[in-house]
Amino acid sequence: MEVLAPGAIVWQVLRQFGPVWLGMLLVMGASFAWRHRLGTYGRIYESPIGIIGFGLVLFWLLTAIMADWVAVMDPFVQVRALKNEPPGTIDPASGLAFLFGGDSLGRDVFSRMVHGSRTVMAIAPFATLFAYMIGITLGLPAGYVGGWFDTVLSFVANLVLAFPVILLFYLLVTPEIRQTAIPGTMAAVFFIFPVLFVAVFLWSRFRDRPEVLWLYLLPVIVVGGFGYLGLTGLWDPTGLLTMAPNTLNVFLAVVFITSPTVFRIVRGLTLDIKTRDYVAAAQTRGERPWYIMIWEILPNARGPLIVDACLRIGYTTILLGTLGFFGLGVSPESPDWGSTINEGRKLLRIYVHPALPPALALMSLVLGLNLLADALREQTMRD
Amino acid sequence: MSASVNSIATSVDEPLLAIEDLSISFSTRVVEIPAVMSFSATIAPGEALGLVGESGCGKSTVALAIMRDLGKTGRITGGSIRFKGRELTNMSEAELRRIRGSEIAMIYQEPMASLNPAMKIARQLMEVPMIHAGASAAHAYAQALRVVEAVRLPDPKRILASYPHQLSGGQQQRIVIAMALMSKPALLILDEPTTALDVTVEAGIVQLVKDLGREFGTSMLFISHNLGLVLETCDRICVMYSGEAVETGPIVEVFDEMRHPYTQGLFRSIPLPGTDKALRPLVAIPGNFPLPYERPPGCNFGPRCSYFVAGRCDAADIPMAPVSPTHATRCIRWPEIDWAAPPPAKAGGARAPIGDVVLSVDNLRKYYEVGANALVGGDARVVKANESVSFEAREAETLAIVGESGCGKSTLAKVLLGLETATAGEIRLGNQEIGQRAIERRDTRTVASIQMVFQNPFDTLNPSHSIGGQIVRVLEKFRFGASQAEREARMLELLDLVKLPRAFARRMPRQLSGGQKQRIGIARAFAGAPKVVVADEPVSALDVSVQAAVTELLTDIQRDKRTTMLFISHDLGIVRYLADRVMVMYLGHVVEIGACDQVFEPPYHPYTEALLSAVPIADTSIEKEEILLEGDIPSAVDPPPGCPFQTRCPRKRQVPGDLCERELPPFVELAPGHKVKCHLSAEVFASMQPVIRLVGTGA
Amino acid sequence: MLAFLLKRLGVMVLTALCLTLVVFALVNLKPNLVKLAKEQTGSRITEQQVEVWLDQNGFNRPLGVRYAEWLGNVVRGDFGHSTRFNAPVSEVLWPRLWLTAILMFWVMVVMIPAALLLGILAGMREGSAQDRALSTVAIATTSTPEYVSGVVLTVIFASQMVGLQWFSGSATKAAEEGPTLYTFALPVLTIAIYGTGYIARMTRASMAEVMTQQYIRTARLKGVSFRMIVLRHALRNALIAPFTVIMLQFPWLLTGVVIVESLFNYRGFGWLLIEGAANNDIDLLLACSIVAVMIVLVTQLISDIGYVYLNPRIRVAA
Repeated sequence: MEVLAPGAIVWQVLRQFGPVWLGMLLVMGASFAWRHRLGTYGRIYESPIGIIGFGLVLFWLLTAIMADWVAVMDPFVQVRALKNEPPGTIDPASGLAFLFGGDSLGRDVFSRMVHGSRTVMAIAPFATLFAYMIGITLGLPAGYVGGWFDTVLSFVANLVLAFPVILLFYLLVTPEIRQTAIPGTMAAVFFIFPVLFVAVFLWSRFRDRPEVLWLYLLPVIVVGGFGYLGLTGLWDPTGLLTMAPNTLNVFLAVVFITSPTVFRIVRGLTLDIKTRDYVAAAQTRGERPWYIMIWEILPNARGPLIVDACLRIGYTTILLGTLGFFGLGVSPESPDWGSTINEGRKLLRIYVHPALPPALALMSLVLGLNLLADALREQTMRD
Repeated sequence: MSASVNSIATSVDEPLLAIEDLSISFSTRVVEIPAVMSFSATIAPGEALGLVGESGCGKSTVALAIMRDLGKTGRITGGSIRFKGRELTNMSEAELRRIRGSEIAMIYQEPMASLNPAMKIARQLMEVPMIHAGASAAHAYAQALRVVEAVRLPDPKRILASYPHQLSGGQQQRIVIAMALMSKPALLILDEPTTALDVTVEAGIVQLVKDLGREFGTSMLFISHNLGLVLETCDRICVMYSGEAVETGPIVEVFDEMRHPYTQGLFRSIPLPGTDKALRPLVAIPGNFPLPYERPPGCNFGPRCSYFVAGRCDAADIPMAPVSPTHATRCIRWPEIDWAAPPPAKAGGARAPIGDVVLSVDNLRKYYEVGANALVGGDARVVKANESVSFEAREAETLAIVGESGCGKSTLAKVLLGLETATAGEIRLGNQEIGQRAIERRDTRTVASIQMVFQNPFDTLNPSHSIGGQIVRVLEKFRFGASQAEREARMLELLDLVKLPRAFARRMPRQLSGGQKQRIGIARAFAGAPKVVVADEPVSALDVSVQAAVTELLTDIQRDKRTTMLFISHDLGIVRYLADRVMVMYLGHVVEIGACDQVFEPPYHPYTEALLSAVPIADTSIEKEEILLEGDIPSAVDPPPGCPFQTRCPRKRQVPGDLCERELPPFVELAPGHKVKCHLSAEVFASMQPVIRLVGTGA
Repeated sequence: MLAFLLKRLGVMVLTALCLTLVVFALVNLKPNLVKLAKEQTGSRITEQQVEVWLDQNGFNRPLGVRYAEWLGNVVRGDFGHSTRFNAPVSEVLWPRLWLTAILMFWVMVVMIPAALLLGILAGMREGSAQDRALSTVAIATTSTPEYVSGVVLTVIFASQMVGLQWFSGSATKAAEEGPTLYTFALPVLTIAIYGTGYIARMTRASMAEVMTQQYIRTARLKGVSFRMIVLRHALRNALIAPFTVIMLQFPWLLTGVVIVESLFNYRGFGWLLIEGAANNDIDLLLACSIVAVMIVLVTQLISDIGYVYLNPRIRVAA
């Protein structure tokens, strides 16, 4: 079979990513030009570390969005002739080059790596977002009010953190668990928090002005309620929101493991900020606890929280990889990075090309997020 | 003191330290910011030079330049620093190490932060001779013991075996001084050495520094923003403004015959007890300190100076001009200005008539349970923050609450505002009982009628919300107005009230200076037409020249609105200036209460007497009785039995027997409305002399 | 101090009880039991036969009763019977745990000095080129989970394609014949790399913060040399925070152990955990979770005590 020269492989890979380069150029070029007007986001562009970090993240984000254009072929198609063939081998039947070679089932490693970014990008940011909603909604009162509420929640958080992650995955992300009420119950509990948070957010601010309160609150309740019912699978007429049971399980497990850490961070920040005079000033004018927590304390915790969110998305990516690596949750065919590493490792000492691309892809995304967090931390600390 | 100054000044042939035309810059990402420009000064052997100025004027930068410790961003851009004839600006790191700590030593602001928390005191002290003189451990320990004795610390062996956190703030600062003296340095640099300490503790440290300087013959560079402190410790003074020295000279000469408008402005903006407050109102320096990159052409002080003449003052850089062989000023108009002219008299300022009782506190007690350390465990302990506090405050009256840390004044404020509830006793606002009612149980009207101005301007406004938004929220909370538009309008009026431009409504707190933030704090407190405003050290964190303006604004609004003000402060100067009545607190007890004049004139409570003596006064015509208190303020967790002040009271032996240790003294009414909590007999009270006396011309 | 220890011990026991109860409830979910029954008797049995099997083996009794029974046995030192290995759990567990302990020992030996050195060298001159370079290295390692570094290291040092084959020995052999550099370097390095970055970053942050403290300036202005400032004044204060982090690393390293043991086929505790979980081996899983939870809690306790010891401010308050 014909095999491309290394230079040609590099050139073709770069060409396949063409739309991604274009997108990055547009986004980063425009952002760089207007960086002084873009607030915290603009300040990323003031450090090389920040630009590299954000570039890596944006690269994978755009790849996930445009995966169908970037990938050479369908990631599930098996071409028997290309089983374990080295990078650059051209499929004689279709004439398409397997840029990173074929895996043990004769699938295109490059296309699988490209499509694998979708799983991560679909789950990691949203799971982190939900974990943040839960962590904030519970961490604020735990830090601000304290008392038994704090004692109980802190105990529970430590309980979850003391659980070996891997054991939890093996117990929570199994096909058997889907037959029980556990995923449903967890979804019902976890997914209520974003709605709850936004509602309390508005209610605490506008409770003294009923004329605007309902104007804001009503849409939130309608949209939030609709989303809630859809995500939990209770009532989803459009069919858009219900997650595949596999994905739902993975999602819930990741949220479950991430939220206690967020809870502890928010609680710690709250304990620190609540001693400030402006909090005392709010108390002396008779503000209610929820107003103080959400409008006086939370905005001033946003710096460390944004930094942590970047790290947390990276960590979630690693967790998802771990799940895939142990073949948990997602379907066995799935091109997600953890699963492909798992498949590739079996013959690793003989064929290195199937496991290496997803491994490096995952690492580069996490590295990008970590660098981004580091740059954000530096920038917010300068104030 | 002045006699010795002259003898030194004339006998000097070579100064110990000579700074000439020193310029220092800090580089930022964008530009290079000059912090100090062509600064010159000399210090003779055995002489103490005071370096005075407001924050940001570059005085600490000069000190750090002498130590060559300007960090990564700071750089000496010109001039020379000669120490004992050697040039410091181009010395190598190794040479510098030999000088640091052995020939030049430095002491700075926070004693706790200056000591290594994980190292015993002994090792930190012994290190100095071991590095510089190669002393053996035994020899170094013996020397450490001697120095600790020299700084008058009790039980030196125990102190040497302790960690820093086991000592009190005053003891820590004495250790820092001891450390600086370990190698008998020729020059000692003190950068605001007492700012973090209580006044009575500060007085002890100042006395110690003076004595040691005399004893060891050490030269001193004393950096402070407090003119009174510099007067007490220094022979010569150098006033700095915006990176430049503006006036230097012998201390008495500068204090009595200042020849620079900024120096004059500083003196006019601080309250002095020697002058009549009605005749000499406080005059604030208008405007703000210029940022380093917005310095005006010509005289830096020009835009704020009342003697400013366009075309002359802003034409070129102003050089130092000699006034006398020892006195110089950076003002080209100094020969033309009539320095003896009194400050422009101001209209108003008359006290409003005092009305009915608005707030009455009766036998208030507040105890806290301090939970044991969460990590280490242990028993819960009770802090007795307030013990039987009783007083009344009337409409349009200013009642000052004076005391040092731990006296319970902040707890009192919290209880009044409903952030805490009283353990026992009664607080009546109008005819309503509020002592047992926490803020969430008070109705909107009550909440609005008792409000607070906070101490720290950098903490009082939420950095995430705009100025206007924060004031509107207060109005919303107090149910002012029917619509958002009405509240916006009212917010703009409040900005007018505190004399800030209306454009500030849209700014964020970080765009405001400390004084401006404090004005917003005042606007916020007065937004709901309060009956009582509690002002907790509202100006103590501000620069001297801004303090006067903010104080004036606060009292003007208060008198105009006939609000009752509880003015919490440790600054007796300012209290004397604006209070109608004064209440002195110590360790949770009210020890003295009375009209302003009654409290500031004898007879005093022994604590008030010591407090008055401890406050440094920037007036050469004042003579003070020296009353130094022993030790530190006891902890409120474990207060002494009997009289709370008995552990430090210098007049305890005038009370027969051990009465002070056994019984809490009752209130004794010395004059109508003047009460003192003390066991001293009427004869002793009658024989008390004033602590502060005017000498020479003044009176 | 004693009161503190007792309180901590109480919380530990409560945590252990809660966690084992959760694990117990999860492994005893009906679908898991059905799976177990099918595996034990052959998969082609009817639902009725499953019920009979469950009844016979006492799985249909109330959960609480069975948990109490299990707890009673554990207190007496009986961890039950492993269905996967068909042997008493303790016989299976302890040898495997010992193998993992050997692995962890070498991980610690490599990881802790490397991480501390990296962190201190970076943090002592914050913002310098040295700091930037070392910090980037640390960030890169925290971005490399075990399954990535394991793959990359294997490719470089053990694959036929690259051909170096320096450390291509099998870890399975290391378990049987004792570790050698040839067989053990890759598993140890793989775990160490991920942990190093994290501890190094903590140490760097702590060191950088300490270096800005006033007492460091005091030392500098006393004439202490930079080397002595770092060694004598900064180090002890800077190590307080990372110490806690290192101790809290243990539970987190467990995930790494499981990944590495399955990646390199080293049959230790992690491998056992996976075998137990994959086969719903109830007693084995419960025993594993007790061990895991105990490791977590004991390290937490040690970290608290160590913190108190390192930090004189707290020590004296007690």
